[in-house]
Amino acid sequence: MADRDVKAMTADLPAPAFDDVAFTVPRPLVDATVAIVTSASLHHPDQPDFSPNDVSYRVLDGARRDWVSGHWSPNFDASGFALDPNVVFPIDRLAELAASGRIGRVSDRHLAYAGNQFDLAAIRLDGAPAGAALLKEWGVDVVVLTPV
Amino acid sequence: MSTLARVFEATGLVTVALGSMQGQMERTAPPRGLWCDFPLGRPLGKPGDPAFQHRVLAHAFDLVERAAAPTVEHFAEAILDDGVSEVACPLPPRHDPALAPAVDEARGLRPAFDRAVARYGDRTGTGRVITADEVPDALAAFVRVADGMPWREAGIPGAPARVAQDIRGYYETAALALVDHTPAAWETTRWFLHHTEGGKAIVAARAAMQAAGEKTPLWFYLVPNGI
Repeated sequence: MADRDVKAMTADLPAPAFDDVAFTVPRPLVDATVAIVTSASLHHPDQPDFSPNDVSYRVLDGARRDWVSGHWSPNFDASGFALDPNVVFPIDRLAELAASGRIGRVSDRHLAYAGNQFDLAAIRLDGAPAGAALLKEWGVDVVVLTPV
Repeated sequence: MSTLARVFEATGLVTVALGSMQGQMERTAPPRGLWCDFPLGRPLGKPGDPAFQHRVLAHAFDLVERAAAPTVEHFAEAILDDGVSEVACPLPPRHDPALAPAVDEARGLRPAFDRAVARYGDRTGTGRVITADEVPDALAAFVRVADGMPWREAGIPGAPARVAQDIRGYYETAALALVDHTPAAWETTRWFLHHTEGGKAIVAARAAMQAAGEKTPLWFYLVPNGI
């Protein structure tokens, strides 16, 4: 079993088709509020676990350290996240970038979705717009998306 | 990731998506994508290596500032899994010969699991369906399936794939307390599947379920693809 084998078995999954690619011109990063959105199915222990085909999201508190993985797929290495959450959820790295002045600030809250999804229409029409509305409500300008 | 990025961007947010699978990232074409040739599950590359993680983020934020139109770029450093390396963890000696070897082994690994949780937390170990206390009994159920008992009668305490994740997580978390270095991606998984009685029990149960004609999703996801 190798990483290349796992990737090969999912390489040909159909990709969603969009008519065009939206593109927003960023404000200067030094003034920007940055959030993480991950598809690693992270949640806090007191939040509901993700169910199979769950197209909703969980709000992650950046100040807590008790993020756990609720991913249903067995097809990823979990030891990296077990050792260091930043390898999936780079919250400490963003804090360091904010302290250095590279970015404006780090959002207090972040989002996690479940990555092993096949019903992308539901994500596109429901889960993603709802998450975007929350991010904007929190004053987020830039989103770093990390996959699992 | 690309679907989220496209929807977010359409609302006025600026996005940069990291991706571990080149083909998917290029086909789905997010507004700004950075393909990183890293093993699945480690999108920032190297756990415990802030400098490396900062290089990934530096490229991502540079892309945010430079791109004037939808763009996918490649991160310059790759991390490749050799497909064979494994951690070398000592396994507990047989303690109770009356127990199935996998059950005895799981009980013997409990101190290591507890040490790892105390040091790192329990982010990927147990808790999806079963607790660490319940791992030995859950393994006993998979042993019964491997021995030919229909899985519905064997006492697996939940969705088989989800319970198997907790068992794998228990073992791989315990392994972190038994090594003196940061394992490369998949090294603890290969150790679990190839060297432990617990991993062998899950693999054997999977084969038994497949041979019994159970629906594919019930057995296929007990272990990673490629087993």
